[in-house]
Amino acid sequence: MGQHTVIPFGPQHPVLPEPLHLDLVVDDEVVVEAIPQIGFVHRGLERLTQTRDYNQFIYIAERICGICAFGHSLGYAETIEELMGVEVPKRAEYLRVILHELSRVHSHLLWLGLAADAFGYESLFMHCWRLRERILDVFEATTGGRVILSAVLVGGMVRDQDSSILQMMRDTLEGIKDEYAQLCKAFLEDSSVKNRLVGVGTISTEDALNYSMVGPFARASNVNNDVRCLGRGGYADLSDFQPILETGGDCFARAKVRALEVLQSIDIINEMIDKIPDGPVFEEVKGAPAAGAQACNTLEQPRGECYYYALGNGTKYLERMRMRTPTSVNLAGMATALKGCDLADVNMIVLTIDPCISCTER
Amino acid sequence: MGSFKLGTMTIKSIFSKPETVLYPVMEKTAPDGLKGHIANDMKVCILCGICERTCPAGALRVDKAENLWAIDSFACVQCGACTRACPKDCLTMEPTYKKPAASMGEDVFYKPEETEEERAAKEAEKAAKIEAAKKAKEAKDAAKAEETSD
Repeated sequence: MGQHTVIPFGPQHPVLPEPLHLDLVVDDEVVVEAIPQIGFVHRGLERLTQTRDYNQFIYIAERICGICAFGHSLGYAETIEELMGVEVPKRAEYLRVILHELSRVHSHLLWLGLAADAFGYESLFMHCWRLRERILDVFEATTGGRVILSAVLVGGMVRDQDSSILQMMRDTLEGIKDEYAQLCKAFLEDSSVKNRLVGVGTISTEDALNYSMVGPFARASNVNNDVRCLGRGGYADLSDFQPILETGGDCFARAKVRALEVLQSIDIINEMIDKIPDGPVFEEVKGAPAAGAQACNTLEQPRGECYYYALGNGTKYLERMRMRTPTSVNLAGMATALKGCDLADVNMIVLTIDPCISCTER
Repeated sequence: MGSFKLGTMTIKSIFSKPETVLYPVMEKTAPDGLKGHIANDMKVCILCGICERTCPAGALRVDKAENLWAIDSFACVQCGACTRACPKDCLTMEPTYKKPAASMGEDVFYKPEETEEERAAKEAEKAAKIEAAKKAKEAKDAAKAEETSD
C-alpha cells in the first residue's frame, strides 16, 4: 500500500467544461476522498436585483447558465408571477413547456456529446452535437436566438408561434428521431461505452436520498424527484407523465436516463403542439411586488430541480432573489461517487453529474 | 461486433452534404425571426429616451440637446426590451447577421434636420389637430349646455 497523495484536479482541466477544483486523495490509483472546491466564476448576479427592476432582471436570470438559459428565465418569471399574483395565458404556458423541453433536448444532447468525448468516442461526440445544432436552429427560427433566447416575459411570452412554426418544430424533431435512435444504440449497446461506464461511480438509492440528489443523477439511482410530476403550468395538461427511472446508480444508468429523457421530451413537445389552445400569449403586468411579499418556485431544469425565492419590498426592485441550482445539491453526491473509484474514472464520474458551475456560483 | 454501432451513420456522413458553412466565403441565410441587431428609424424617432431607461444593459444613450441616439453594440444583449417600449415604433430588430466590427465603441446616429416642407407639413398637422380638438370641445360644451337648459 502506497502513501496517500493529494492530486489537484481542475479548475483548468481538458475534460472539465467549467471550473471546478477537486483535491483527490489517492492511495496508489484509487481515490480515497475527493474534496470539491468552487468559487472561481462567482458573478454576484442575485445582488443585481437591487439595481435592475423585476422586468430587467429576467435578462440577467437567463445569463446564469448558458445551457439552461431558457429554464432560468422561466423559473424566475414564474416566481415573480406568483409573487404578484399574475395569471399567465394558457397558450403562453404551453409555449413555455415546448421551449423548456426543447432546451432539455439540446442540453442532454450536449451532455451526451461531452460524455462521448470524455470516454474517447470522438465520432459519437460529433454526431450528438450535429443533432443538437438542429435544435439550436429551431430556437433561432422561433425566438431569434440560439442559446440566449430572451423569449419569456413576466406575464407571458415575447412572441407567439404560428401553426407553421409549430409544424416546423415537429418536423425537425421527427427528422432527428431516426438518427437519434442510432446514437442511443451506440450509447446503450456499444461494448466500448459499457466498458467505461458500467459499474463506475455507483450511488445507492439510500445515498441518493441521504445526499438529497436531484435530476437525472438521482433518477439513475431510482429516486423519483422529477418536479414535472407536480404538474405545474402546461405540465398539468399532459395525459400521462412517468419519469425515467433506472436502478443501476452508475455512470451507465445516468447516461441511459438522459438518453431516454430526450425521447420523452420529444413526446411532450408533440403532445403540447397537439393540444395548444388559441389566445393571447402575454398579459401586461403592472405595479410592483408588495412589501414583504414572498414567493418560491421549483422547476425541473435539465440538470435537476432548481429552487427560486423572491422577496418584494414595495418597489420595482426586489429585496432578495435567491436560486438554488441542481449542481450545488449534486456536488455532495459527486464527492461520494468518487470515493473508491479509479483515478482514470474521475473525469467520467464528474461529467455524469452534468456539473454546471456557473449556475452554482451565479 | 459490439464496438461499431455507429458505423452506418459515420459512413453515410462521408457522402452527405456538409453540416457546416464555409464562412466567410458562404454565409448562412438568416431566419425571419432572427433577433439580429437594433435599428432606429431616426426620421420617426422623437428622442424621448424611454429606450435608454428600459435597456437592462445600459447600451443606449439618447441626448435630445445634441439630437443624437447612440447604441453600444458590444453592450447590447439583443433582448428587444427597447423595441417593445418605443412609443413611436421606430426601433426594430433587423433580422440580419451583423458584420464583425473593426473597432469598439458606440454607433452614433443623428436626427436629420427637417426640410422646410417637412416642417410646414408638421405644423399643418399640428394646427389641424388643435382645430379638431377645439371643435370637439365646442361640440361637447354645446351638448352640455343643451343638457342643463333641458
